[in-house]
Amino acid sequence: MALTARRQVLETEPLATAKTAKVAAHGVTVFYADKQALEDVSMDIRGHEVTALIGPSGCGKSTFLRCMNRMNDTIAICRVEGEILVDGVDIYGPGVDVVHLRARIGMVFQKPNPFPKSIFENVAYGPRIHGLAENKVALDDIVETSLRRAGLWDEVKDRLNEAGTGLSGGQQQRLCIARAIAVSPEVILMDEPCSALDPIATARIEELIDELREKYTIVIVTHSMQQAARVSQRTAFFHLGVLVEQGDTEQIFTNPVEKRTQDYITGRIG
Amino acid sequence: MNLLTLTTALLVLAALAYRVGQRRALRLRTDQRLAALPSHYGAYVALWCGLPAAALLVLWLIGESQIVRLLVVGALPAESQGLAPAQLDLVLDEVARIAAGTNLFEDDSLAAAAARYSALRGISDLAKAVVVMAAAVAGLVAGQHLVVARLRARDAVERLVRGALMAASTMAILGTIGIVASMLLETIRFFQQVSPLAFFTGLEWSPQTAIRADQVGSSGAFGAIPVFAGTAMITLIAMIVAVPIGLMAAIHTAEYASPRARAIIKPLLEVLAGIPTVVYGFFAALTVGPTLRRLGDTIGLDVASESALAAGLVMGVMIIPFVSSLSDDVINAVPQALRDGAYALGSTQSEVIVRVVLPAALHGIVGAVLLAVSRAIGETMIVVMAAGLAANLSANPLQATTTVTVQIATLLVGDQVFDSAKTLAAFALGMVLFMATLGLNIIALRVVTRYRQAYE
Ligand SMILES: Nc1ncnc2c1ncn2[C@@H]1O[C@H](COP(=O)(O)OP(=O)(O)OP(=O)(O)O)[C@@H](O)[C@H]1O
Ligand SMILES: [Mg+2]
Repeated sequence: MALTARRQVLETEPLATAKTAKVAAHGVTVFYADKQALEDVSMDIRGHEVTALIGPSGCGKSTFLRCMNRMNDTIAICRVEGEILVDGVDIYGPGVDVVHLRARIGMVFQKPNPFPKSIFENVAYGPRIHGLAENKVALDDIVETSLRRAGLWDEVKDRLNEAGTGLSGGQQQRLCIARAIAVSPEVILMDEPCSALDPIATARIEELIDELREKYTIVIVTHSMQQAARVSQRTAFFHLGVLVEQGDTEQIFTNPVEKRTQDYITGRIG
Repeated sequence: MNLLTLTTALLVLAALAYRVGQRRALRLRTDQRLAALPSHYGAYVALWCGLPAAALLVLWLIGESQIVRLLVVGALPAESQGLAPAQLDLVLDEVARIAAGTNLFEDDSLAAAAARYSALRGISDLAKAVVVMAAAVAGLVAGQHLVVARLRARDAVERLVRGALMAASTMAILGTIGIVASMLLETIRFFQQVSPLAFFTGLEWSPQTAIRADQVGSSGAFGAIPVFAGTAMITLIAMIVAVPIGLMAAIHTAEYASPRARAIIKPLLEVLAGIPTVVYGFFAALTVGPTLRRLGDTIGLDVASESALAAGLVMGVMIIPFVSSLSDDVINAVPQALRDGAYALGSTQSEVIVRVVLPAALHGIVGAVLLAVSRAIGETMIVVMAAGLAANLSANPLQATTTVTVQIATLLVGDQVFDSAKTLAAFALGMVLFMATLGLNIIALRVVTRYRQAYE
């Protein structure tokens, strides 16, 4: 298959490792049964930055994202090789508690998936299962802070007991972000979080991502070049399971090193 | 010509009509655009040929015996003609038997009538065949003439099919209405003899009424509370067994079992649903009942050999597959996205199930349980065989008890006079049973549909 061609590692900014890498992937290769989805991906994700993963459909962006919180474990046929270090510790190493890992690395999905519970219970879910709140007052506090950070508080504060599924699509997605924030993760993974939303709701979420960068490290998969350019500091371009190029967003969009990156950005492939 | 030959001939003719219509359409197609496929034209002509003729045949069969009877009455001896309708029917039956040569003894006074009867039957049979076949042929010719290129044969055929399907569903509904109506009539007659207040609030059930006025020991008491209580107790025991086991089995097959284990467990559970209830009844009466009694003896408890407990336990086992397969379906219908969302927040598998999947599936599970309850209430065979007949009003599950279904069965077994309160009581009980299960089913379906809508 196409992946057998050996990839050239391209580190367009040699100083990248000088800044601390929050997440560092080394030689990550993923198979679904016999089908290879990622080949030898190595990349650093820096703390308190937004990293955008771009590339044509099926190139393995979601797969890579799901490697970082081991959501691939829930797919029986999926096999991951290589190592991913979070704060220097290999999350695929022995003695790593997946449950604990996922509490540190939150995830927001493409389609909003609020639980069929009240708005309050949606946000309180994580703190409850991880025992983060001593009492009701503390829990209320976590819920309020999370909803505020997700920019949803003013819209829902009077109806916290209504069903989360009754919100609009954009509100539901912000609720899912609040739900992820409520367990105080260090990294938030977002898989096309705006693809089911209208432009206004999208703008709202993009604003939010920019604000969240201050406290969290964010990795976002997106099909929109504009979105990647608007919200991210770093961009990585995937093609056919291979990480083709990574670098500062500005550089990737204005002056890509690889021809394939340029072709994709200008709409010639993908 | 007997009925079988006639219908066969009709079918053959309809098949022929199909060919004729198809041929004609094919011929038309050589120089015109058709509005439908040749097979539609074939079906069109076949329906023209078969349907009116078949309708005629049915009408004839319905009307035939009435008309023949009317005509035969005229040939009866004078004293028979004046008989009451019920007795007249008996005489006419005898005439028919004589005509067929199956009567046990000769009765010359009826010979004339019998001869007339035979003659009339013969004429009717012949006329029937002629008329029906003529209608079929006429239909064929007419249908064939109607086949022109712009005929929307497909629409016509589909309209007819839709009509036939609608008639079938109407029939099903009419059947239900008929059953309810007949039950309702008998129930009303029952309540003319026994006051509803006594029936619904009375604590004593002994439905033996006197056949002769001077008979002893058969006062007849129709307080149905003990019977309802028995049903409630057995249903409760059955649900205590079936709901936890069924639900946990469903959770296991839906969430934990590997695809291979699932492929083995599910069919095995469904085998339970396929066992005839009579077999469960044996099991309850011959195995579970005596075992419970022996167990009770060893720990000093007095267990009746026919007990509510034995019947309830076995009924619970019977209902497990209902609960498990319905719950399995609703658990599987919970979107994977919800599970993913919960896992991504760092939930363990049991947290995902208990906090997300089960609450999301709750509506459906409640629906499943309600359907199972209605099934338990209506179950007859197990309780007839294992629960006993005594209408004790007691909360002790170790004693014999009785249920609505058992009472209906016993009240209607044997020779009955259909105007005594004893027999009519069965209809009143049946009505209550019907109302209860109907209500449960309606609620359950509502709950389940609302659950489905939530995820569509
Ligand atoms: N659960 C799975 N089972 C089998 N193959 C899978 C599975 N998930 C993904 N794949 C395969 O892995 C490859 C990469 O998929 P992935 O979902 O990571 O792509 P993507 O870049 O996120 O695409 P998109 O932009 O369409 O979301 C694809 O070829 C896909 O068919
Ligand atoms: Mg994807």
